This record gives sequence, structure tokens and C-alpha cells, in this order.
Amino acid sequence: MKLRHALLAFAAATILGGQAYAANLSIVLGSTGKDEQVMRELLDKFEKDTGNKVQIVPMPSSTTDQFGQYKLWLAAQNSDIDVYQTDVIWAPQLANQLLDLTDAMKDVAKDHFPAIIESQTVNGKLVALPFFTDAPALYYRKDLLDKYGKQPPKTWDELTATAKEIQDKERAAGAKNLWGFVFQGNAYEGLTCNALEWVKSNGGGQIVEPDGSISINNPQAVKALELARTWINNISPPGVLAYQEEESRGVWQTGNAVFMRNWPYAYSLGNSGDSAVKGKFDVVPLPAGTGDGARSAATLGGWNLAVSKYSKNPDAAVALVKFLGSKDSQKYEAINASHLPTIQALYEDADIAAAQPIIPRWKEVFLNAVPRPSAPTKVKYNEVSNQFWTAVHKTLSGTGSAADNLAALEISLTKLKGSGW
Amino acid sequence: MRSAWMFLTPMILVLAAVAGWPLLRTIYFGFTNTSLSDFENQQWVGFDNYFSVLTLPSGKEVYDGLFADPVWWAAVWNTIRFTVISVFCETVFGLVVALVLNASFKGRGLVRAAILIPWAIPTIVSAKMWAWMLNDQFGIINDILLRLHLISAKIAWTADPDTAMAAVLMVDIWKTTPFMALLILAGLQMVPNDIYEAARIDGVNPIKVFWKVTLPLIRPALMVAVIFRALDAFRIFDLIYVLTPNNVQTKSMSVYAKENLFDFDRFALGSAASTALFVILATFTILYMWLGRVDLSGGR
Repeated sequence: MKLRHALLAFAAATILGGQAYAANLSIVLGSTGKDEQVMRELLDKFEKDTGNKVQIVPMPSSTTDQFGQYKLWLAAQNSDIDVYQTDVIWAPQLANQLLDLTDAMKDVAKDHFPAIIESQTVNGKLVALPFFTDAPALYYRKDLLDKYGKQPPKTWDELTATAKEIQDKERAAGAKNLWGFVFQGNAYEGLTCNALEWVKSNGGGQIVEPDGSISINNPQAVKALELARTWINNISPPGVLAYQEEESRGVWQTGNAVFMRNWPYAYSLGNSGDSAVKGKFDVVPLPAGTGDGARSAATLGGWNLAVSKYSKNPDAAVALVKFLGSKDSQKYEAINASHLPTIQALYEDADIAAAQPIIPRWKEVFLNAVPRPSAPTKVKYNEVSNQFWTAVHKTLSGTGSAADNLAALEISLTKLKGSGW
Repeated sequence: MRSAWMFLTPMILVLAAVAGWPLLRTIYFGFTNTSLSDFENQQWVGFDNYFSVLTLPSGKEVYDGLFADPVWWAAVWNTIRFTVISVFCETVFGLVVALVLNASFKGRGLVRAAILIPWAIPTIVSAKMWAWMLNDQFGIINDILLRLHLISAKIAWTADPDTAMAAVLMVDIWKTTPFMALLILAGLQMVPNDIYEAARIDGVNPIKVFWKVTLPLIRPALMVAVIFRALDAFRIFDLIYVLTPNNVQTKSMSVYAKENLFDFDRFALGSAASTALFVILATFTILYMWLGRVDLSGGR
């Protein structure tokens, strides 16, 4: 009897031991704010549960910088990286070199927002599991707006006027370093996101429409960029033309900006211990433009998890992706890094609502968010985006008028499109 | 003769493997339609990556390819401007530093070592360091200039189109002047002391000594130093990539090539750009050596 128990125990141990074969995995991600730290905490849990080891390979936070490196690694069939954190716009460009997750995620994919799952599906193949989604907010200083009896702006014109007034009065009162509005004006993908919002909110289309037609050269888009140009050195520091997310958060979180356009991650950081604006700010959806078809527009962002086709441990890597994309992990990310979950049910979650009130409020915003034209332009998206941000950056820095730059952009996009995207 | 070849063969083989093969591959890719997402399959397209005529659906004909791309020509111009200004400044400053270090004074060894520090720091690290120092809001440079009342408002060094190139140049000159100084110093130490002694006995004034004695004698070392720097400056990538990525005002040929190779789905065009950069460099080097009669073997 005893012997049989012992044998059974031995057999069980062998089987379980066999399952717990430990793999060494690597996950690569661009690190913004607390991303890496929160990811590490999640990975520690995964390591404890599975016995696998996971190493984080950190990258710069600029999505443009990350993409070049990833593309190179994947083309070289690099097996050092198992899991990639991918931007929402990359799926069509990297699909060939990522594992098809359709079967593995069959039972969990339905919990996510269908539109996000669709954005990561290329030719019927799910190439990445959504990790968190993103839609920017207008951060404003509640204390300063109250002091001058202002409401959060509903239009860009209101924002310009309010920012100017508060900035001037506060500077006169001694806050010499205060600026009205900071955003992401560096020549990189983030500027495409910002400028798309200005254009779309003024009814100026979305650069390339879903049917593939090039719509950017229109009077509303010109008007939107001309307004943005007036911000530089007026309500926005001239250096904003070199700012990415973290630089603008730097100005904001030290209490030197009235308004900031940024993603929800800045919400939890702004309320952290050493923040100068802790408890003094709130968020609203971005302002609308004026004219036909004007509305508030937020660019759809978000990050997903994909498994490299060249991974040596594809099963363990898929398990890791499944773990990180799960309800529990997304809840942890939501509470600790104010990342918007992609699982629908989490927007009803009381713990998240208590910890990060922005999240339940943001469901509507990202459901109405504008996608960048990565779907119609396919593998040429990066070039389209680069040409767009270059035209915008030139306009903002005063090299040529918005009308001239957008007319030139239309010509070069037409050339790039050739006989089709 | 045969033993010479025996000694040279391993080096030639290694060079062919690490330099020759990649170079030939790049040149080859420039004539194909290679894409990074489908690396194995490619077709020969001739000179299309360099120049081709494209017919749009509207029936309009446009020029395409590297030589028809205004961004490429802007990059060429940026690179030339960068190379001329940076190498000129580095040579002048390097010469001054070398002359100072060649004089004997107390603690010379320490100063010689200390001056090499900017050159010893990896470029990415020093570029990032300068990026923070040049930051418009919390950068120390603006802070110092403001306190000294030299400027009235904070300058956005890397963002402003007027100062972006100046910022890159400043960091590059800071970084590579020590290298120039070192090469020139080596040349200075080869100048025999008795020539100076003779000049002193003849009562020639020091400025004339510099122009008539020092400069002609260190000319070979100077020429080699200049070509080393110029070749390096022509390929400038890292500094610009960290300080002002994607800015049209500072985009160099290497940045243009990298952007097309990896960021855009245009591996072939990027290869064509790299090939063009190589051809320009090779032509420049040959011309320089021929016109300047530079003997790289170190003789006079």
C-alpha cells in the first residue's frame, strides 16, 4: 500500500516536473514612465507560477526608434527575443515574422474589444494579443483654472485663450517658468498622433482615408496646423518641437504647464508621491476644432504582445503572452500604471475605478478614437507617417506655411502611393 | 616576395570577410527590390532605386528613386556642411591644444590624459548627456547663459531649426578635438628639436617659426588626421540620431540610409543610399590623396 502511494507520488512528481521544464524567455518593450517596473512585478509573478525565467530587454520609449531595431532583429531571424511589445500600428508591417496566435487565444480573444482584436488581425491571423489600449487626454490644472474662474476648454480656440491668459497672469505673479500648453512636437510618431488629432477634430480627415484616398491637403487641415503654429513660443515652449511624451510630462509634473496633451499613463505618475501637481489636476477629452465635422478626436494608441516566429520556446512565450494579457494582469497594469485595459469587463471593475478614476471615464473616448492610417497604407505606413510629421514639424518650426507644406505632402504621398498602397 | 604574401593573406581574408562581403552585398541589394519583410526573395531592378520614371494613375509622370528625392539631396548638403565645419574647427582647436601640450610645463602628463576624456566617452553616452544639458527647460546650458544674462529667454537648442545643426556641431567638436590634438601632437613630437634651436639662435620670431618650420614639418601628420576625421564625419550617425532624430535640418546621409533600410519598407533604396555614400567617400579619399600627395605610410 505504502509502496503504491510512493510510486504514484513519484509518477506525479515526474509528470509535473516534466511540465515545469524551465525556459528562459526575453521580452522587449519600450519603457515610458513606470512601464518597466510594473512589467517586472508581473513577470515575477509569472516566474513564480511557472518556474520559467523572463528577462526584460528595455528600449527607448520612442516607438519610431523601437520599430527600426525590431524590424532588424526579425529580418535577421534573431532568436534572442521571444516576446515583443508591439505598437497598435505595427501589425500589418510585422505580421510575416510573428506567430499566429489565433488558436492559442481562441478562448480569451472574445473578452477583448472586438475592434482592438481586429486591429491586430492580419489576413485572418491574430498576430498580437492586446495588452493595453491608449487614448490621450487633455490634462489641466484644476487649481489654476479655478483661480481664474475658467472651465476646461471645449475647443482649441478656448484652450489657446485660456492657456495664454493664465500663463501671462501667473508669470506676472512670479511663476516665470510657467507655460500654457505642452504636447509632443518632436519629429517622430508622436507628432503624427498629435497632429492627426488637430486635423481630425477640425473635420480635416485622417491623412489617408480608409478607402486609400489621400485627403490631407484641405482647408480645415491647413487651419488646424496654422492654429498649432501660433502656439509655439506663445503658449508652448519653443523646445516642444523636441519633446516626446516624457519631456512634456517633465514640464507638466514639475508644475510648469497649465495644460498637457498626453496618454493616460501620466495620470498615475502625476498623482505619485513626488509630483508637484499631485491632486491639483484632472483630465477631459481633447478639445474639438471648429467648422464642418468638428469634434473631439483622440488618436488610438495601444500596445500588444506578439511572439517572434524565431523564438526557441514558442509554447512558453505564448503562455507568457496569455498571462500578461489576462484579466488579472491587465487589472494590475490598470491600477499601478493607469493603462487602459482591453478587456471589456474591467471597465466595470470597482477596484480600478477607485484607484484610477480616469479609466472608466475613458472607455467612451477610446471607443471613438481615430485610428492612424496604418490599415489602408499597409507596409508604407511608416513612410506616410514620417512624411506627415515632417510636414507638420516644418510648419510648426516656421519653415514654409501650412498650406504649402500640405500641398507638397499631398504630391509626395501620391508619388509614394504609386498605383496603390 | 612569397613570404610577404603568406603574412598578408590572413589579413586580406579577414578584411574580405568583414568589409568586402558586406560591401558587395549592399551594392547588390541597391540594384534589387529587396524588402526586409521578405528578405529571401528579390528581383534585379537595375538602376530603378537610383532613378526611375513613375506613371501615376492620373497619367502624370514623376521621377522616383534616390537621385530624384529632395530629402536625399538635403541629407547630402547637411553632411557636407557638417563635415566641412566640424573638421575645420577640430583641426584648428586640435592644433592649438597640441601646441600647448607639446610645451613642457608641470603636470603635463595629467593634462594630456585629462584632455582625452571626451574622446573616451562612448558617443551615445556623451550625446545623451549633452541632450540633457541642452534641454530647453531644465538644461544647464540655458541656466548658465540666463544667469550670466547672455540670453533673455531659454533657447530650444535641438528643436529650433536655426540652432539644431549648431548644437550637433558643438557636441562633435567637443568630442573629437582631443582625437585631432593627439594625432597632431604625435606629428609635433617627430619634429627634431635642433631645428628650433637653430631658429632661436638665428633670432627668428616665434610666429614665423610656426608658419615656416612647424607647419610644413607636421603637414603629413595633419593631412592624415584631417582625412581620418573627414571620413568619420561623413558617416556621422550616432550623434544626430540621439540629439535630433528625424529633424530635416540635421538629417545626414547615414541617417537617411538607416531610415529607409529599417524604418521604411525600402531596404533596397537604403542600400542604394549606402552605396552612393560609399562612392562619394571613395572618390573624395582618392582625390584628396592624389591632390594632397598624402603618403599614408607615414613618409614625407
